[in-house]
Amino acid sequence: MATGIKDKVVILGMGCSKFGERWESSPADLMVEAFEECLADCGIERNQIEAAWFGAGIDAFNVGSSALPLSIALRLNYIPVTKVENMCATGTEAFRGAVYAVASGACDIALALGVEKLKDTGYGGLPQRTRGVENDMYWPNLSAPGAFAQLASGYRAKHHLNKDDLKRAMAHVSVKSHANGAKNPKAHLQREITEEQVVNAPFIAEPIGLFDCCGVSDGSACAIVTTPEIARSLGKENLVAVKALQLAVSNGTESSHDSWDGSYLKTTRIASHRAYAEAGIRKPLEEITMTEVHDCFSITELVTMEDLGLAEEGKGVNAVLDGNFDADGKNPCQIDGGLKCFGHPIGASGLRMIYENYLQLQGRAGARQLANPKLGLNHNLGGFPHQNICSISIVGPLT
Amino acid sequence: MTGITAYGVYIPRARLSKQAVAEANAWFDASLLSLGKGERSICNWDEDSITMAVEAARACLACMGDHAIDALYLASTTFPFLDRQNSVIVSEALSLDRTQRTMDIGASQRAATSGLIALLESEHKGNTLLVASEHRRSKAGSRAELLWGDAAACVALGSQNVIAEVVGIETLADDFIDHYRGEEAEFDYDWEERWIRDEGFMKSVPLVVDTLLNNSGVTSEEIDFFILPTDQARTPMGLAQKLGIEGDGVVDNQLASVGVAGAAQSILLLAKALEAAKPGDLILLIGFGQGCDAILLRATDAIASFKPVRGVSAALLARREETNYNKFLSFNRLIERDIGKRGEVDRQTYLSGYNRRKDLLTGFIGGKCRECGTVQIPRENYCVNPECNALDSQDPYSFADKKGTVMTWTADRLTFDWNPPAYFGMVQFEGGGKLMMDFTEVEEGSIDSGSIVSMHFRIRQFDSQRGFRKYFWKAVIEE
Repeated sequence: MATGIKDKVVILGMGCSKFGERWESSPADLMVEAFEECLADCGIERNQIEAAWFGAGIDAFNVGSSALPLSIALRLNYIPVTKVENMCATGTEAFRGAVYAVASGACDIALALGVEKLKDTGYGGLPQRTRGVENDMYWPNLSAPGAFAQLASGYRAKHHLNKDDLKRAMAHVSVKSHANGAKNPKAHLQREITEEQVVNAPFIAEPIGLFDCCGVSDGSACAIVTTPEIARSLGKENLVAVKALQLAVSNGTESSHDSWDGSYLKTTRIASHRAYAEAGIRKPLEEITMTEVHDCFSITELVTMEDLGLAEEGKGVNAVLDGNFDADGKNPCQIDGGLKCFGHPIGASGLRMIYENYLQLQGRAGARQLANPKLGLNHNLGGFPHQNICSISIVGPLT
Repeated sequence: MTGITAYGVYIPRARLSKQAVAEANAWFDASLLSLGKGERSICNWDEDSITMAVEAARACLACMGDHAIDALYLASTTFPFLDRQNSVIVSEALSLDRTQRTMDIGASQRAATSGLIALLESEHKGNTLLVASEHRRSKAGSRAELLWGDAAACVALGSQNVIAEVVGIETLADDFIDHYRGEEAEFDYDWEERWIRDEGFMKSVPLVVDTLLNNSGVTSEEIDFFILPTDQARTPMGLAQKLGIEGDGVVDNQLASVGVAGAAQSILLLAKALEAAKPGDLILLIGFGQGCDAILLRATDAIASFKPVRGVSAALLARREETNYNKFLSFNRLIERDIGKRGEVDRQTYLSGYNRRKDLLTGFIGGKCRECGTVQIPRENYCVNPECNALDSQDPYSFADKKGTVMTWTADRLTFDWNPPAYFGMVQFEGGGKLMMDFTEVEEGSIDSGSIVSMHFRIRQFDSQRGFRKYFWKAVIEE
């Protein structure tokens, strides 16, 4: 009988580069920046790392394939390095590999690092790329905002909302994240915005406008994980433990079976249920004190809060407008600015979320420090509403 | 005896204002202003002779019930492929039987009438289709640009439920070069209009028609419909007078509403005549080009009860005005539009992979599970029903004629599209199944969740690097 990951592995240290349009920085520069912070935080030497998981989402515009770019950039000591790619869930996927390796006893100390260099394409937005030989023959040529705009239209139809009401709630999501990002020196976007700016911005993919989209950023984040015993032996206190690590991957039901209506994210519902069970959470609304969710677009965050059980189904608009997820709300969301403002270097995002939770739980989040954080939930969504990968991790104080 | 049993036509929805064309070009040719009245049909960026042929043939087949088709001939001078049989693509998009005879007939403005004669004189026992489709390119600011249009038409031939029977057929083969397009040329090269009229139409057509009428025992006064495809406005009437045909029998070439649809014009106008014909009416159909074909048809009693699914009159009404001449130039590659870096992505088609998915891509065939009855598209190894998931359990199931409902949608302005924004979304089909797919012909504000859509075979992408184009099915909002 599987017992789950809860409290078996702790975070020894973490690092995160400044996110943004890092024109002057190579992928290796970004990796080193995150790694150096992480090593210093851990207080260990590079050669104590026994295995590594390397996440990069988009090969063609990034570092290329395989684990080599990480091993070379960090001059790792010929240890096993595994390259992982699972779209926007890539960072959490790398973390999952490292955590499972430690939990299994295969190694004592493991590294997870994600990186993405998105600003070498020559144009804004995510790179245009292949979906595979067969999909390319008939899939619409959908951009990421185009894909997630589907969620807005499906959600609006299901709950009989008018366009303006939904757009206003979407605007609040972005205004909140910009306010949070303004307090984060590592964030890509650090300026506050107004609801009017969001509503009046040009459409990218109706109803998603410019300010409904997250930043497309260069960046890297990493974690070194170990067992609670080793962390203590290294003199670490206030240990942050992994409480749950779940992944749910679409099997084609949403895209091809009549049972899905396009108004929610089936994978998020499934992964969150499993994660709550693994972490022993019965009342998420009360027990989870902060969330970092995959706000690639404002509508994604709004619907995700329902799918996580942090807002009632169909009432996400009210929950958002009531300020439930604002920094001073009941369940602060994206306290670091989120994908929206911290930025979204695909392969690094999952680790960036855990990084923020880790800092908050250790009381090291500076101007944006929450009063009494307990459990932090991180949510990634790779792909499209109708076909996606959802990863959820929950971290909290070791008990 | 074999005769015409059904017909269907297709005229692209977009109708370009000729005034817009004339005004844009009058700075160098003021005479264009005299042609700047009315409109002409223009292909959308995702239409060509193949997609229009499919639409015309579907309209024709829809009149016919479940008749098997033994042969499909496609006539055009603008085949998208010079070496890949275009009629086979049309046939597969129609999911016709693979044992049928197919043929492309081109290289002349009388390609369609010659194809029609070949089928009428053939030994086919069953039903056959003659489809004619044309998407001609002409130089920007040319008279042709204002006189031509894009369209397709289809006639079904057979021996049962004949609505027009053959009275006689004649042909004159004569290398009279009114215009030509050589292997290396992008556009037609033509000679003086008055010479073409006097030495071409006025001489060769009477030669053939006189013989035809003599052999058929019919006098010219008896002709009820005279079809002379040409972009010369006055020539049909002049020729009718010379032949002794009543003036009101001349079938209008639709210069002010559609434009002359090249090799498809004869069949398009035949469909127009059939729509108006009464039992016993005589139709004289001419095809002109390197000589001339003449086909004399007589409407039967069955024409009185024949109802086309889409004839010329219905096709004329399904229109959308286009006043943006630049859009027309861009769609026809007459200017090089900046497509942005997202448009630069390589669009290679991997032919082996394409071949594996041909039933989906061309036929729009999905699957129906024998175990649980769930219909689905695309058809994969395991049934998509979570309660079933049976292996290799799906029979082919066509979605081409299924209506759907828009479940989700967007207008994407970030992604590359020849006619942005790119509309796409999830379509839920009647009877089950759903697919994320492109929409086409969307007018701003006309789409929302709940809109009803029908399926249409269109161009999906161009691979300009390799001269290939991909086709797939798209959703069109039903009016």
